[in-house]
Amino acid sequence: MKPEDYSRREIEVAGWAIAIETYKLGDVYHCTIYNTDPGARFARADGPTKAEAERIALEKATRYLQQTRRFPTSS
Amino acid sequence: MSEVLVSTDWVAQHVHDGNIRVVEVDVDTTAYDQGHVPGAAGWNWTTELCDTVVRDIVPKQKLEGLLGKSGIDNSTTIILYGDNNNWFAAWAFWQLKIYGHQDVRIMNGGRKKWIAESRDLSTEKPTFPAKTYTAKAPDNSLRAFLPEVQKAVSTKSHALVDVRSPQEFTGEILAPPGLPETCQRGGHIPGAKSIPWAKACNEDGTFKSVDELKSLYGAQGITAEKPVIAYCRIGERSSHTWFVLKHLLGFKDVQNYDGSWTEWGNLVGAAVEKP
Repeated sequence: MKPEDYSRREIEVAGWAIAIETYKLGDVYHCTIYNTDPGARFARADGPTKAEAERIALEKATRYLQQTRRFPTSS
Repeated sequence: MSEVLVSTDWVAQHVHDGNIRVVEVDVDTTAYDQGHVPGAAGWNWTTELCDTVVRDIVPKQKLEGLLGKSGIDNSTTIILYGDNNNWFAAWAFWQLKIYGHQDVRIMNGGRKKWIAESRDLSTEKPTFPAKTYTAKAPDNSLRAFLPEVQKAVSTKSHALVDVRSPQEFTGEILAPPGLPETCQRGGHIPGAKSIPWAKACNEDGTFKSVDELKSLYGAQGITAEKPVIAYCRIGERSSHTWFVLKHLLGFKDVQNYDGSWTEWGNLVGAAVEKP
């Protein structure tokens, strides 16, 4: 099988830049979400459509990102 | 191209060659099951490439078993690739070099490039005729342990490279956005230079040219003349930088501090520099 309908785009969620990567393999769309810096995958979901896979993955991503705390950077 | 890198084209042509084994190693341990290079084995870094009791790299005997059941013997050419621009492929590469495997290479661009090029993926898990593998005693010169890092900080004997994101380096965040916090304090090891791992990569996931890499690290004073210790949060991103410095740039003395920030940032009384 070949991956089809590959896409990658960047958006901001909860103040963090993320990349959404989606492709279709067989009948299933696979969506993976990365933080753009450092580029680590932290949420993913599968679905019958691209929209559904991305919706579920984004829900998870938003929940995780809202838990990321920022700290003062002075000593 | 360096002899430790192969292209996606090369892999497509050689994946079924007799003495070559392609292996996928991902951050996302479910990615392999979603589809992988046809004929590739899949290794799980959380269970197969570490000691699951003590925090440590994979024990020698366990690695021998993993390689043997993957149809790999000491003469096999191992081609590693994975997600996140080969983070854990580099982690596996580093461990295979610690245990003395001769011919191991990385597929330039990793899983990202393979998929972006719409190359074949398979969900079938191949089985391989078992082989016998005999690992060498671990070469710990490739690895930095806490006492060595502490000594390096106090004597300034090594260049320290922090390959995490700038926000992790400054202590603004304790872990990459969206991931669990795994340390008590933010910041960096005193004296470390911030050179995020991703700066070594192009947009398509491939490594930058040797000249670009020399400029990147040289601009921060990281050269072959001084021993280098690279670290990140848990040691996988820094194995990526270790690979770049040691195998693409040919630095003689490069160590990966796999204890990294999850060790240093949790130590009582350890000096921390911010920002």
